[in-house]
Amino acid sequence: MLELRNVSAHYGQIQALHDVNIQVGKGEIVSLIGANGAGKTTLLMTICGDPKASQGEILFEGEPIHLQSTSQIMRKDIAIVPEGRRIFARLTVEENLHMGGFFLDDKAEFAHLEQEVYSLFPRLLERKHQRAGTMSGGEQQMLAMGRALMSKPRLLFLDEPSLGLAPIIIQQIFDIIEKLRERGITVFLVEQNANQALRLSDRGYVIENGRIVLEDTGANLLTNEEVRKAYLGG
Amino acid sequence: MSEQFYYFLQQILNGVTIGSTYALIAIGYTMVYGIIGMINFAHGEVYMIGSYAAFFVLAGLAMLGFDSLALMLIAAFTLSIVITSAYGWSIERVAYRPLRGGNRLIPLISAIGMSIFLQNFVRLAQGSRDIAMPSLISGGWVIGPVDGFNVTLSYMQVIIFVVTFISMSVLTAFISKSKMGRACRACAEDLGMANLLGINTNKVISITFVIGAALAAVAGVLLSMYYGVINPYLGFMAGLKAFTAAVLGGIGSIPGAVLGGLLLGITEAITAGYFSSEYKDVVAFGLLCFVLLFMPTGILGKPEVEKV
Repeated sequence: MLELRNVSAHYGQIQALHDVNIQVGKGEIVSLIGANGAGKTTLLMTICGDPKASQGEILFEGEPIHLQSTSQIMRKDIAIVPEGRRIFARLTVEENLHMGGFFLDDKAEFAHLEQEVYSLFPRLLERKHQRAGTMSGGEQQMLAMGRALMSKPRLLFLDEPSLGLAPIIIQQIFDIIEKLRERGITVFLVEQNANQALRLSDRGYVIENGRIVLEDTGANLLTNEEVRKAYLGG
Repeated sequence: MSEQFYYFLQQILNGVTIGSTYALIAIGYTMVYGIIGMINFAHGEVYMIGSYAAFFVLAGLAMLGFDSLALMLIAAFTLSIVITSAYGWSIERVAYRPLRGGNRLIPLISAIGMSIFLQNFVRLAQGSRDIAMPSLISGGWVIGPVDGFNVTLSYMQVIIFVVTFISMSVLTAFISKSKMGRACRACAEDLGMANLLGINTNKVISITFVIGAALAAVAGVLLSMYYGVINPYLGFMAGLKAFTAAVLGGIGSIPGAVLGGLLLGITEAITAGYFSSEYKDVVAFGLLCFVLLFMPTGILGKPEVEKV
């Protein structure tokens, strides 16, 4: 579904990604784990076209997308829950969701999708008319996920969805990621919380200093000696 | 009622008149700042072009022998809005968009250049002398005692109140209810995120410039008829005043621009009425200095919140 071939990316003069090769198959949950500053977010943002890949190819369902603009890429069936959630704090919860479904013209389909998001995140329905910025971190995370789902994605990027949240909320978030798989949404997950991410994942990649250093199934990575030492706390 | 009261009432009426046109222009500054964080210093010139467009429409129709006032007003507003919006759109396209993403100082310099260019373009094309607007609406209501000071509320002032009120209502409805208005608000909060949702942010930015220019055009039509003369330099002072109004109310906030405009207009009128009209600009810009020094976020502006 998504394929990166020898992708490099630069921020100004600094090379942030080196020859990255990644494949995400339809219906999979694939994790990308790595330390702070290893290039996890950069990798996701490069797929979204910001910054543009300086080398290599990015294919979405066989179509090269690395030359297109961010808004063009994101209008395909791709959605992102970005680092730091980036909800629109001054808009209401409902308005945030509507921004997610901006390009959905079919009214009935839109209403159905909205219903689905509310059933997945009942908290959002309770807070429908509340300003998004007044909600708790966990609720904002749910809103960011709901907003992404409103565009009816087939491929969903999640950038550190567990960051700064209480363990019980983190569990809920991971349960929902599991549910998304059942609905046929392919998930590419970037996490520092490697343990939980890998347990959920079909496959995983380890990134270090902008290079993919390891690739295996989630289960194998969980038991891998080096991964345990570096990312799972021994 | 005492004479002092009527005198005061007159100053307030004059202040609100001028203030509402400041507010119309200030919205252009504040919306553009809200979305791309840039002060469009050519905005005063956009307002000046709105005045000239109104002049040509009114003079042209008068020459052709039209005498229906309503028709002339509608034509002046419509055509001025269309022409001025086209200018607003082109200015962004030509002078700001190619510079986006770089140092924030560069578009600012480009804006000042655009302002000088437009001023001189109009000066060369139309001459630098004052042009008298065809006087269409005169007279008004006089309230007050037979002897002593009378309050005059001219019909033109009433038109300014009504048209400003309608423009603000349309804008409010657009911003709060429509899909595009929602996108404008979202972009003002986080342009990059809006882009990540597939929204063509260039288009939203263009729309912001067009809205600002359209409101400046409305102000241009109203003020040129109110004062009766136009010249290529009137955009400079009006632009500075409206910028002051936007900062006073809190730049980036639309209700703030309206409030700032009215406050500034009233302050000026009170200064002119009780002190000296020569000092009204001193007070206005003194107010700007005061706001920038002691409350830089303005009255309704929000302090920059650290994003978590």
